[in-house]
Amino acid sequence: MRRYISAYFEDEENLLRATKDLRNKQFSIQDVLTPFPIHGLDPILGFKRSRIPTIGFIGGAIGCIIAFGFQAWAFVVDYPLFIGGKPHFAIPSFIPITFELTVLFAAFAMVFAFLIRSKLGPGANNPIHDERITDDRFMIIVDLDEAGNQDELVKEILLKEEAQEIKVKEIDK
Amino acid sequence: MYVSPIREPLVTGKKTYKKITDEISAPIEGKPGKAWYAGITLTVSALLLGLAMMGYTIWEGIGTWGLNKTIGWGWGITNFVWWVGIGHAGTFISAILLLFRQKWRTSINRSAEAMTLFAVMCAGLFPLIHMGRPLLGFFVFPYPNTRELWVNFNSPLLWDVFAISTYFTVSLLFWYVGLIPDIGTIRDRMKSKFKKWIYGLLSFGWTGSAKHWQRHESISLILAGLAAPLVLSVHSIVSTDFATSVIPGWHTTIFPPYFVAGAIFSGFAMVLTLLIITRKVLHLENYITVGHIESMNKIIIATGSIVGIAYITELFIAWYSGVEYEQYAFLNRATGPYWWAYWIMMTCNVISPQLLWFKKLRRNLVFTFILSIFINIGMWFERFVIIVTSLHRDYLPSSWSMYEPTMVEVGIFIGTLGLFFTCFLLFIRVFPVIAIAEVKSVLKSSGDQKDKSETKEKH
Repeated sequence: MRRYISAYFEDEENLLRATKDLRNKQFSIQDVLTPFPIHGLDPILGFKRSRIPTIGFIGGAIGCIIAFGFQAWAFVVDYPLFIGGKPHFAIPSFIPITFELTVLFAAFAMVFAFLIRSKLGPGANNPIHDERITDDRFMIIVDLDEAGNQDELVKEILLKEEAQEIKVKEIDK
Repeated sequence: MYVSPIREPLVTGKKTYKKITDEISAPIEGKPGKAWYAGITLTVSALLLGLAMMGYTIWEGIGTWGLNKTIGWGWGITNFVWWVGIGHAGTFISAILLLFRQKWRTSINRSAEAMTLFAVMCAGLFPLIHMGRPLLGFFVFPYPNTRELWVNFNSPLLWDVFAISTYFTVSLLFWYVGLIPDIGTIRDRMKSKFKKWIYGLLSFGWTGSAKHWQRHESISLILAGLAAPLVLSVHSIVSTDFATSVIPGWHTTIFPPYFVAGAIFSGFAMVLTLLIITRKVLHLENYITVGHIESMNKIIIATGSIVGIAYITELFIAWYSGVEYEQYAFLNRATGPYWWAYWIMMTCNVISPQLLWFKKLRRNLVFTFILSIFINIGMWFERFVIIVTSLHRDYLPSSWSMYEPTMVEVGIFIGTLGLFFTCFLLFIRVFPVIAIAEVKSVLKSSGDQKDKSETKEKH
């Protein structure tokens, strides 16, 4: 059996303080759901830096190599064609397409990485805890132990920050 | 973050988070008014006219246009460059202003980016129709074929293919990633099951989880970082269509920066034209404030002045180079048979934006609206002047010629205007015109609440 407690705040400042307090007291926070990104929340929740920029770099590097390599191969190896007496291996004139494909590959790599890692996509069936989360409610979900010893402590912290609709839920698993 | 109290608020009317959601979603939930129906009837009629003229061109051939042997590029390419340029403001607002941390972009980036997409769609149509046989349009891509030939990677026209298609794709990705949280908001507000399902599908299952937001912010920033050089590259590459040729008046190294500045200039003018009406019709005056209009006007002065300096530099270099063909090309622009086009361009692009140095005029909506139309016209004429006046005096005086468009070309241009405005009208009914989540995130620092806790809804 898994137990957790959910509550919402009406202001992000309350959410930040409560989250910090809960983290300091070693409670496990399952998720925080907010209508917009809250600055300063990531370090409190102990999130590592997102690796999306790295994926973008790798994607971009692949695009860059493919674009430049393909143009060079087509014009130098596969079909060396004289165009206005210019060199076959014309680096400057390969740059624009190389740049464009670098950007294109990096953008696709990042978007796909974002969607796949976050389990988002057309037809994704993520549970919606409360329809007001995308409006003006800042929701927090805290894991509880099975015995119920933590309930009061967590509730106390939440209430101190004016949390509302504090609910304890249990899921059989 | 500390924001100086003398800074003008970006969101007025003492909003709460809830109010922001309600007001921005209102146009999607309500029934469209008479003005919307009237508007879309007009734009769809224009679009149909354009489609008919495009069909006629493809059926009969390019001979239906006013082009001749001397002047091979007329309205078609003028419109192409004009439309691509208009698209640039959207990316400039969403990418470059994001990197510079300009918070006022949050109210206008969504609609400006949508405008980018629609403008690039319109632009892309022209080269395709200009091919004469659009069904063979796929020849421009390097695919393995039985002729064992590759496309010419040394040609700026091919760079254009890659630049425009990448630009469209990346703008679409950037726009849609930004839209996902807001579509989630709309999904959660929809009452009807069918609409909820549709928006649920489009929202990609967005929940608002902190980890998702972290990734979302990261990807938005890096995509902006990529889109910023991309937008500069696109019009630079478009300008090389001209600059790498040997036509006097085209063969200049100033073209890339001059085209980019002109693109952002015309793009902002179009953003103003659209948003001054949109904010009024959709009652979004508290989000797109006069302060926003003024900020955009400042960018118009900056880019307009760059364009003005570029025109003068061109003239100076033509004289200073001592090349008589170059000198003639520019003298002919100003005093030749197309002098009127040149002076419309000069008046609209160089003189008129200078009026914005007056604060009163910068903050005057009627004046700004009229001025934005002037700039749109002026920038269209800039492309017309560059293309047609440079071509119409050929190397041999025996082939000197004049160009005037036929009804078919005019019809196609009107058709793309129809396409652009139809898409925009549909967009404002389907997606939030303002980035809801982004506006909420700047509300506390840049709203007009005195007591910053007023964002809470009182129960």
